[in-house]
Amino acid sequence: MIDEGKPIFLQIAEQIENDIIAGSIAEESQVPSTNEFAAFYRINPATAGKGVNRLVDDGILYKKRGIGMFVAEGARARLVDARRTRFRDEFIRPLIAEAAKLGIDPDQLTEMISTEGVSA
Amino acid sequence: MTSSSPSSTASSAVVSVHGLTKRFGKVTAVDNASFEIQPNTITGLLGRNGAGKTTIMQVLTGQDFATSGDVRVFGEHPTENARVLSRISFIKESQRYPDDFQPKHVFQSAPWFFENWDADFAAQLVEEFRLPVNRRIKKLSRGQLSAVGVIVGLASRAPLTFFDEPYLGLDAVARQLFYDRLLADFAEHPRTVVLSTHLIDEVSQLLEHVLVIDQGTLIIDEPAETLRGSATTVVGTRTAVDAFVAGRDVLHRDGIGGLASVTVGRLDADERREAAQAGLELSPVSLQQLIVRKTNLTEKEFETQS
Repeated sequence: MIDEGKPIFLQIAEQIENDIIAGSIAEESQVPSTNEFAAFYRINPATAGKGVNRLVDDGILYKKRGIGMFVAEGARARLVDARRTRFRDEFIRPLIAEAAKLGIDPDQLTEMISTEGVSA
Repeated sequence: MTSSSPSSTASSAVVSVHGLTKRFGKVTAVDNASFEIQPNTITGLLGRNGAGKTTIMQVLTGQDFATSGDVRVFGEHPTENARVLSRISFIKESQRYPDDFQPKHVFQSAPWFFENWDADFAAQLVEEFRLPVNRRIKKLSRGQLSAVGVIVGLASRAPLTFFDEPYLGLDAVARQLFYDRLLADFAEHPRTVVLSTHLIDEVSQLLEHVLVIDQGTLIIDEPAETLRGSATTVVGTRTAVDAFVAGRDVLHRDGIGGLASVTVGRLDADERREAAQAGLELSPVSLQQLIVRKTNLTEKEFETQS
């Protein structure tokens, strides 16, 4: 589950983001505690805390003193926005590079994408 | 994204070592090592067998004298210092017990040495590790003997706990149990833990800080998160790989036919894109591989230069 090479705290933050985007953690609902994340992913609690704090800094999560950590209102929309900006770098560019390597021209690529869109 | 390890001050460190050297006759076991261990962290003390890990822990726990250098634990010299030693739990592979002792005697006497001893937690661990507490220690298997040490180390909740290769003979299930209980109990009762092991991949996610010692010399002293991704293996055709790694520090080089696989340092996003465009494959290097590379470095340098 944890991927080598990428900082673990970023992966924890991304995992929580994914759960918010997918709707499996609703806005204004409580997320697990740092220690629960640490136990679940079998990582150092300080690392889990760093991942959670990153989301607090980004305004995705907020703390209720003495109770725990909650998903902020509007968090999902903001995460989706941010992910869309990264979509080009992370998916489109590698896709085009690989297509070029295989001799797939842009028209063919567009067609493949629309065919996939129909069947998916 | 800032790497937020606060600059350490000598006063806050639990362990602070300056210029530690330990010689046994002509052998230099530890050579001019300086490092600090911050409170409430899990630090990995890693390295090959005979690298000097146990010697360092023996000096830190007052069981051996430094030849030279300054060693402070909780701000004081550890040697014959009851104030310091009462706050330390040192679990070592070669722990000896009185001949007719049974595990239950060890656990009964533990509260005399450890003021935070939690007998309920110890009882829970005895059950989970399925340790026969009424059998003479001499008759225990190697794994059961290791379980005695692991239980003492966890249930003592000492402010500073050293685990020196604590799990010889423990099977994978029992090791996972140890990691899980260590993490959970550390989260609930924060304390300073030093874990020395050669099973690096198993523990790499537990560690917050990593010290690597090789032939008595400290070669890595870094936060674990900094080490992750600090090396990348680049794979592709020899010409493409050579062009990409030109001018970089090469940690390791492998090849077969026209293919090359070269391990270099950290690559940023632009460099990764550049590599992808050159048709190169990038793969991360685990902490264990990184340490293998670094502790082999001198030999490898000779090989590639010849």
